[in-house]
Amino acid sequence: MKKSVLFGALTVTGLAAGATQAATLDDVKERGELNCGVVTGLAGFGAPDANGVWEGFDVSVCRAVAAAVLGDPTAVNFVPTTGQTRFTALASGEIDMLARNTTWTFSRDTDLKFDFAGVNYYDGQGFIVPTELGVSSAKDLDGATVCIQTGTTTELNLADFFRNNNISYEPVPVETNAEAQQQYLAGACDAYTTDASGLAATRATFENPGDHVILPEIISKEPLGPLVRHGDNEWGDIVRWTLNALIAAEEFGVTSANVNELASAPGTNPEVNRLLGTEGELGAMIGLENDWAKRAIAAGGNYGEIFEKNIGENTPIGLARGLNAQWTNGGLIYAPPFR
Amino acid sequence: MTTTSDVPKAGFRPSQLIYDTRYRSLTIQVIAFIALMLGLSWLVSNTIANLSALGKDFDFGFLGQRAGYDINQRLIDYDSGSTHGRAALVGILNTLLVAVLGCTLATILGVLAGVLRLSKNWIVAKLMAVYVEGFRNIPLLLWILLIFALMTESTPQPRDFREGGGASMIFGDSVAITNRGVFIPAPHWGAGAGILLAVFLLSLVAIWAWRRHAHKVQEQTGRILPIGWGTLGLLILPTALAFLVLSATMGRERQPVYVTGAEAQMSLADYAAGPGAQGMNVCAVPGSTEALNLRRLMRSNEARFNLVAVEDNAAAIAAAEAGRCNIMSLPGSVDPATLPAGALALSDDIARGLPVEFERPVLGGFNFEGGLQLRNSLIALWLALSLYTGAFIAENVRGGILAVSKGQTEAAYALGIKPSRTMRLVILPQALRVIIPPMISQYLNLTKNSSLAIAVGYMDVRSTLGGITINQTGKELEGMLLLGLFYLVTSLVISSAMNLYNSRVKLKER
Repeated sequence: MKKSVLFGALTVTGLAAGATQAATLDDVKERGELNCGVVTGLAGFGAPDANGVWEGFDVSVCRAVAAAVLGDPTAVNFVPTTGQTRFTALASGEIDMLARNTTWTFSRDTDLKFDFAGVNYYDGQGFIVPTELGVSSAKDLDGATVCIQTGTTTELNLADFFRNNNISYEPVPVETNAEAQQQYLAGACDAYTTDASGLAATRATFENPGDHVILPEIISKEPLGPLVRHGDNEWGDIVRWTLNALIAAEEFGVTSANVNELASAPGTNPEVNRLLGTEGELGAMIGLENDWAKRAIAAGGNYGEIFEKNIGENTPIGLARGLNAQWTNGGLIYAPPFR
Repeated sequence: MTTTSDVPKAGFRPSQLIYDTRYRSLTIQVIAFIALMLGLSWLVSNTIANLSALGKDFDFGFLGQRAGYDINQRLIDYDSGSTHGRAALVGILNTLLVAVLGCTLATILGVLAGVLRLSKNWIVAKLMAVYVEGFRNIPLLLWILLIFALMTESTPQPRDFREGGGASMIFGDSVAITNRGVFIPAPHWGAGAGILLAVFLLSLVAIWAWRRHAHKVQEQTGRILPIGWGTLGLLILPTALAFLVLSATMGRERQPVYVTGAEAQMSLADYAAGPGAQGMNVCAVPGSTEALNLRRLMRSNEARFNLVAVEDNAAAIAAAEAGRCNIMSLPGSVDPATLPAGALALSDDIARGLPVEFERPVLGGFNFEGGLQLRNSLIALWLALSLYTGAFIAENVRGGILAVSKGQTEAAYALGIKPSRTMRLVILPQALRVIIPPMISQYLNLTKNSSLAIAVGYMDVRSTLGGITINQTGKELEGMLLLGLFYLVTSLVISSAMNLYNSRVKLKER
């Protein structure tokens, strides 16, 4: 008799474990706070400002999701993760979502059991070298010492690139961008490689950015985007469509400045009306209030505003939109219809 | 005659399990065992339930998959095309390397500091006290980072070694201390190295025999033979003599350099500049002195080349026939008829080389080339682990020495034994039985602490198997289990080996 009670208890625990796994939305609402995994510090993408408030391009995605779900863009608990710890943190449930310049790859999507909510930055891997080395192409790097963040796709791309071009190199593994920057500036490595956006962001923080050149070769495709655990599709939908709402808002000209006005009454564009909840019941379909998208946009602006504010051409990082322009402007940024 | 009556046999009653002291302890143990097993089975079933909830399976197949990443320090052949299993092996060897280096240096430092802390010289004793307290009371990670930062920030970059850069190599241009590591000459074994090794091993045997003989003489006659000088002489002289003889006989031999696609009597410089070269692929046996001398010739002609590693001369010819290389170094005895069609000897030839030659590091394109690179990560980890653990060992040694009664020292002095000899022959052997047991756990600590390597980017097993591999394959549980198993096995091996030694030196009771 006792045995059967015990097994019963075990089954219940097992089921309970399975059940908590599935309802991330309820957990977040109950907690009143979104646990969002971010980078340990990369200017423009995710770093605390002078007051310790996290800001950046990836951080804005976290804030938009928190605003959509909880109505408060500041209700986010930012968990800094390194290239090595991020996946364990997400898989174990320590964080609800990861918005940390993470590349969407086949094995991460399938074998590692994650779901990518979309792409918020189309990137590629590049190299930065001191100008005084006189290197003009990555193929001139034969025998060079290269700093590389461990546990990233860039590590694998780097190995493939040098192997394909039949040139040798010496990898110096580092854990974080800050460590890589310190090693690179001390001259312990000749070149530093990571996503080109990350290189631009890192170079912006150098004392003399002009002494360093980003080589023209982009050796890989790095579609970066937020991701969630596999298996909780409702939660995945929320993150996916929050990102899409930010992108669609830019396309339709909805900005943080006019979003309240547009959401106060139905306008002429029915898709904007559905997006902002003045028409239809889109919010209810993903288990949120009808003004979820309005709150997400009000948190930090639309995709274009977030881009310009954090990493755009008027910031020290100075990235052009390039591939990350709206599809209407010849870029790849494209949101499916809100219908 | 006495009679004893049997104690009346009472039947066993279940209540005795609790109220009878004879059975109670057994009952408690059985209950505790069942509780433990239940706890374990709950942990296992919970893990299985959560793994299946995540949709993950449990298997070690990932060890056979392609790793895809490069490792800078590798003691065995490895490239990004090797498997995760091999990457783990590279990491294991790196861990063992730093553990062995660390334990050796920590022992030397610890014994020295422990003995000197008891010195009558006030300054020496206090300096050692500062060392011990300083290293013992500050976390190891800080020391590792501090030493690494010192080595990267305060040493020159390789490009500072160019003319006008302000940095220069030391020890006659053979050692370069850079912020990427220390480059030292690397030995290359040529023909005759086997004989040299045999002579060296024989001299080790001779040393052992000499020491044994000296002990015997001392026991029998009391005469003290010069053990130190004898050992030193035997260690160096025969090997040095063999080296000189071998060098004199074979050092002057020259070997032709055969190339394909050249004209007769062309020099290497002309060949490298001409169209026949096309990429300069050199077939050579890696690590041999011929390969080294060929490389020196190429370098002096400023020719860039790729090294195609081959097993021996026959393999070099085969590789050249297959078109994998166009330059090969072969002994003059090789029949030119066996060479591939169109292969000719250049007007330059190379020395066959000495049994052992040291290749100096030279400044190449970005970095020093040739020689042996002791990376800063290895040096920082090694020094920090040794200094830190050495401080603990010093205290063990001091404790061991203080445990030997003062009468022993006084008795030795009374017999006229010198203080240094008293320490070496009287005090330390007795102190060892106190020192060894705590020393075992210091060795274990050092080995396990080496897993802090990732802080400075040293690719130990924690960084390869427990870091990159887990990250790329998502096999956290399997990877961590293997990692735990490795450290467990290593620790058990170390402690059993040290226990064997301990049982040799511990007090023998007759």
